Amino acid sequence: MTLLETLDLTRAYGGVVAVNKVNFSVEEGLITGLIGPNGAGKTTLFNNITGLDVPTHGRVIFAGRDITGSPAHKICRMGIARTFQNIRLFKDLTVVENVMIGRHFKTGKSETKGRFLNAFNSYIRLHQEEEEIYERACEWLEFFDMEGMKDELAKNLPYGKQRELEIARALATDPKLLFLDEPAAGMNPQETDHLMTIIRKIRDLDITVVLIEHDMKLVMSICDTITVLNYGQKLAEGTPYEIRRNQDVIEAYLGKEE
Amino acid sequence: MWNFFLLILIYTGIYALMALGQNIITGYGGMLSLTQAGFFAIGSYATAILATRYGWSFWATLPAAALFSAFFGLLIGLPTLRLKGDYLAIATLGFGEIVRNVLNNWDSLTNGPMGIQKIPMITIFGFVVNPYKKYAFLVVLSIAVLVAYLLFQRLARSRMGRALAAVREDEIAAQSMGINITKYKVYAFILGASVAGVAGSFQAAFTLSVSPGTYTFMVSVMVLCMVVLGGMGNFKASILGAFIIQLISYLPQLTGLTAVIPPQFKQILFGLILVIMMIWRPQGLLGREQITYRKKGGKR
Repeated sequence: MTLLETLDLTRAYGGVVAVNKVNFSVEEGLITGLIGPNGAGKTTLFNNITGLDVPTHGRVIFAGRDITGSPAHKICRMGIARTFQNIRLFKDLTVVENVMIGRHFKTGKSETKGRFLNAFNSYIRLHQEEEEIYERACEWLEFFDMEGMKDELAKNLPYGKQRELEIARALATDPKLLFLDEPAAGMNPQETDHLMTIIRKIRDLDITVVLIEHDMKLVMSICDTITVLNYGQKLAEGTPYEIRRNQDVIEAYLGKEE
Repeated sequence: MWNFFLLILIYTGIYALMALGQNIITGYGGMLSLTQAGFFAIGSYATAILATRYGWSFWATLPAAALFSAFFGLLIGLPTLRLKGDYLAIATLGFGEIVRNVLNNWDSLTNGPMGIQKIPMITIFGFVVNPYKKYAFLVVLSIAVLVAYLLFQRLARSRMGRALAAVREDEIAAQSMGINITKYKVYAFILGASVAGVAGSFQAAFTLSVSPGTYTFMVSVMVLCMVVLGGMGNFKASILGAFIIQLISYLPQLTGLTAVIPPQFKQILFGLILVIMMIWRPQGLLGREQITYRKKGGKR
């Protein structure tokens, strides 16, 4: 089943068309890879889907609903979480607080309605609610084997752990769909291996994963399907086996033989 | 001498209320605002006008002052949301000056530069809280500060406080975590403004007269100094900061050296304090408050 799709999604900055009529679709339960040379428009596509940017043309459909142009916080509440290429942690908050922020809107009956009354409710039954949020946050830290560093400031973590913390924070929002923007960037081989096991564990929790990545070993070994972008346009899509043999993709990465 | 010390404590209380509001805006929300004087003035004039013209009692004007200020907090919060840092400071500074100029010139309502006199004193069940007998006033004011402190402290420890911290740390990440950043920024302004309005109300009831000259830009700067000196993101520290700054600004009178130390001296001292703090202790005297979380059954 298609969980998310973009229909002719276009984002132009003045004359520069960063994303040009891209039809990108994500199947539920699979790990989808999004690859392409630098400046191909991968992150722009992510931003347009997650509400940090508004497409010039085209639509974004998530679970049958048109979410084009919705603000980022609403899209997050519908069940799309993300991480960032340049890590965006709350640096001066502790590790556990970072994850607790992911639980922010997970109180009350509805995640979108009656939020103001909900705030009063949170104010009154403060201790009980904070205990619940804290417990859930600790569970996510256990998932990443980070229980021991929960009281550290986020900025003091080693780089690889910061990336994992960002994923933990995104997962704390209980998403249906998780976007990872270059999760392995700057990681050493051991950290990348650990990350691969984690991404597989996330898929086993019935969370659909989409990832942008330049580390081909990671992409080829864990993705079920891959979409390739080049100069803002979709170049190819298919299984890793197909993509590896696609002549257009090879040209885009390595250049044409004269 | 003791009487003078009580006066300092009363001003500490009034400024502490404003500093608590400044702390929720600047310390938690991370927005550099310089409008507390404006909200302070609105609160004072709300009490003064409602009490002298319409005969409201102080206790009725207090929530009205808070609501008026909160409304103006909303008005200033909405258009300045897109601004950050220095730009926000300049826009909010402008608002404070607008308020003072309006008070100065709207003769029919505010009586212009002459101000409003003969504001009735606070009464509690027939007992008059006479500002000249400072103890009673200090008790009433302390209760107000304590209540404001407890309410803000609880807010800061809830998920709303954490959301505000997230907005301060990284707006884009906060949005992507499902936090409506617009709402939280406006809330911070409204809360900060309303408590400054309450401070204004007490100021009017203490001096028994109001005039635009009291609500200058220096008031906003002093309040900001208190928050930075005590420690941003810590409500206890805001109150401590208010006390220290008040003590320093009355130092010449307190030591009886008014002939030697010129009144402008305190402005030099504020500047010096801020510079020294920024170099040696940028987190303030007490620093940001760390919260300890517990699971059910008290386990860490």
